[in-house]
Amino acid sequence: MRRTLAIAALLFAASAQAETPRDFLTRFEKEAGAAASAERGARFFTSKQGGEWSCASCHTDKPTQAGRHAKTDKPITPLAPATNAERFTDAAKVDKWFRRNCNDTLNRICSAQEKADVMAWLLAQK
Amino acid sequence: MKTLIALPALLVFLALPAHADNYSVPKNAAFEEECTSCHMAFPPQMLHADSWRAMMNGLSKHFGTDASLDEKRRAAITDFLVANANGRKTGTTRDAAGNPLLRITETARFEKKHSEISAATFKRASIKSPANCTACHRQAAAGDYNERSINIPK
Repeated sequence: MRRTLAIAALLFAASAQAETPRDFLTRFEKEAGAAASAERGARFFTSKQGGEWSCASCHTDKPTQAGRHAKTDKPITPLAPATNAERFTDAAKVDKWFRRNCNDTLNRICSAQEKADVMAWLLAQK
Repeated sequence: MKTLIALPALLVFLALPAHADNYSVPKNAAFEEECTSCHMAFPPQMLHADSWRAMMNGLSKHFGTDASLDEKRRAAITDFLVANANGRKTGTTRDAAGNPLLRITETARFEKKHSEISAATFKRASIKSPANCTACHRQAAAGDYNERSINIPK
């Protein structure tokens, strides 16, 4: 019983703890089984990957700055953690937006390696 | 005596257009967070419940983009839209084939209200598209589509 409670408390503490942007880089590198490349991430982010838009179409090629939705024109807050502390702190949001935006720009989901590369590049933006 | 009756009648008449163009969006946290990440909060009153149901059943292809949601949120937002759907004059929002219309801009009410606006005006860089309500209806985010609040940019 005591052990169950201890495990439950540990699980709760783990889930209540917010993620940091670095946690996502670690997670994606682990899933990919290879180190990330910020240089590859930059190329991936700023050029079209099969779809009508690239990541930069909305987030601009300077993700420390605000962007605009390519279709609706709605302002988008900066994506780089250096200028927007809210980014990459919630796994559900991160997974939701990678799913949607990869489908929009690549017509498929992104690989763990692609996500790791983008994370490495975004973290390098100051 | 006649003025006594006429005055309240006049006041009611004056108040009517304002009421008809008021689409204040009811508060709903999930709707706000999910829908307004990409666009303004289009008032639920502007479409029929069937249109909202059809819209929320096709989110993975939402006007050309993937707006998919987890099932719990999708169902909750659908319930909110359906409960607040269908404004006073919107009526059914179906196309000629009987399918629910998904674009507010294709509804009869929208077309009637914007009949004097040319396609070229809608394409101005400052407006971009008929779906960009706030370009001209400056208080649209607060649900105010009143004639007095309109300012068409050059």
